[in-house]
Amino acid sequence: MIDVAGIKLSNAQIAWRAAQDLQDGSYVNLGIGFPELVAQFQPAGRHITYHTENGVLGFGKAPPEGEEDWDLINAGKKPITLKPGTAFFHHADSFAMIRGGHLDLAILGTYQVAENGDIANWSTGRGGVPAVGGAMDLVHGAKAIVVITDHITKKGEPKLVKRCSLPLTGVGCVTRVYTSLAVLDITPRGFVVREKLLALSLEDLQLVTGAELHLDGAIAPLVCPEV
Amino acid sequence: MDKTLSKLSEAVASIKDGMTVMIGGFGGSGAPIELIHALIDQGSKGLTVINNNAGNGHVGIAAMIEQGMIEKMVCSFPRSADPVAFTEAYKAGKIQLEVIPQGTLAERIRAGGAGIPAFFTPASYGTELAEGKITEEFEGKMYVRENWLKADLALIKAERADLHGNLTYRMAARNFSPLMAMAADKTFAQVRRVVALGSIDPEQIVTAGIFIDGIVEVPDPAQEEALNRAGAVYP
Repeated sequence: MIDVAGIKLSNAQIAWRAAQDLQDGSYVNLGIGFPELVAQFQPAGRHITYHTENGVLGFGKAPPEGEEDWDLINAGKKPITLKPGTAFFHHADSFAMIRGGHLDLAILGTYQVAENGDIANWSTGRGGVPAVGGAMDLVHGAKAIVVITDHITKKGEPKLVKRCSLPLTGVGCVTRVYTSLAVLDITPRGFVVREKLLALSLEDLQLVTGAELHLDGAIAPLVCPEV
Repeated sequence: MDKTLSKLSEAVASIKDGMTVMIGGFGGSGAPIELIHALIDQGSKGLTVINNNAGNGHVGIAAMIEQGMIEKMVCSFPRSADPVAFTEAYKAGKIQLEVIPQGTLAERIRAGGAGIPAFFTPASYGTELAEGKITEEFEGKMYVRENWLKADLALIKAERADLHGNLTYRMAARNFSPLMAMAADKTFAQVRRVVALGSIDPEQIVTAGIFIDGIVEVPDPAQEEALNRAGAVYP
């Protein structure tokens, strides 16, 4: 068994890989936290319009310290900035963009994702104060729902599973998964491996995955720069 | 017709124990801090409060919780940078919580204001938040029925108002406010500036005055985030 921790991609590298597939001219929602990293690696020459649930489309980067305007924040309640072309709208319109199928892509983090496209990313089910935010809305409506995630948990358990054991966010939503080890599509057959790290055999990848891996043609090498 | 009120206290005077109050804002953005603090001064108890969150720090909605005014919180995300007020009350069993997906919360409020008693949404289908709810298939996909959400009163924050209560908002601060203004029996707005009729380009009006019952000018409104960074506590 290969030492997965020694070869796996960093979160920034996973975000970089997902960013390579951003389509020019697309409207994209990045989930709070880790997925927000994707914007940093947007390939040059492509114009992406980012959506944030609280009602802003086409916003700019975080402002310098001391120049925050607390009326201008993103869904993670972090300050953002205006740029030419920014649009504001109220919350019902914002979620109409999500549910109505107007976004091209949503990139989300997760606790678990299953071979049938189910996703569990809002609750660890361990009690505490339940809080869902926009997670259950976001997993519906965008033309593609993709997940970026470490392939395994900190305890070494698979995050790609046959069926989610944690409370579900949505059923049959996810179409693609970018992990620290591989890129996989979710198809009617289950997980299909599109790319994997060269240092990792398919058998090794299967050992750290909680569902059967399928092939559909050749597996391309997953190669990311140091970022 | 002049909907201007001279004092914040007039905007909250009709609130009674046990009422349902919608409060605008997403986190601190758009939170009507001065109106909330006027409500704390007024002192109604047993309130059901509808807001995206459940307070942050020790001002605004968090301060209402600390004063024991809220019986039930209806929100999507009762966590924040400093959620101690809600978390302690919740763990002590002193406050009820209804968690609603954010887009469903927004649409339920919109439906309440638009006279639509129920609608179907894909959000929450197949999850524990849909347990016990009616579901139906449309064009091969499953949806959950959700009911409208209404309130006795809404407190919101806007940027400018004319004397008829036509409102503009500032940046992302509008969030839930245009929806809540429609969904409450009475809506009161604190605004940075009250201007003469005709001073707002009709093309720029986001909330039409028909939804507004009273406006109070608060020329330099506090920002929840700034208050929290300064360690503010109300009262």
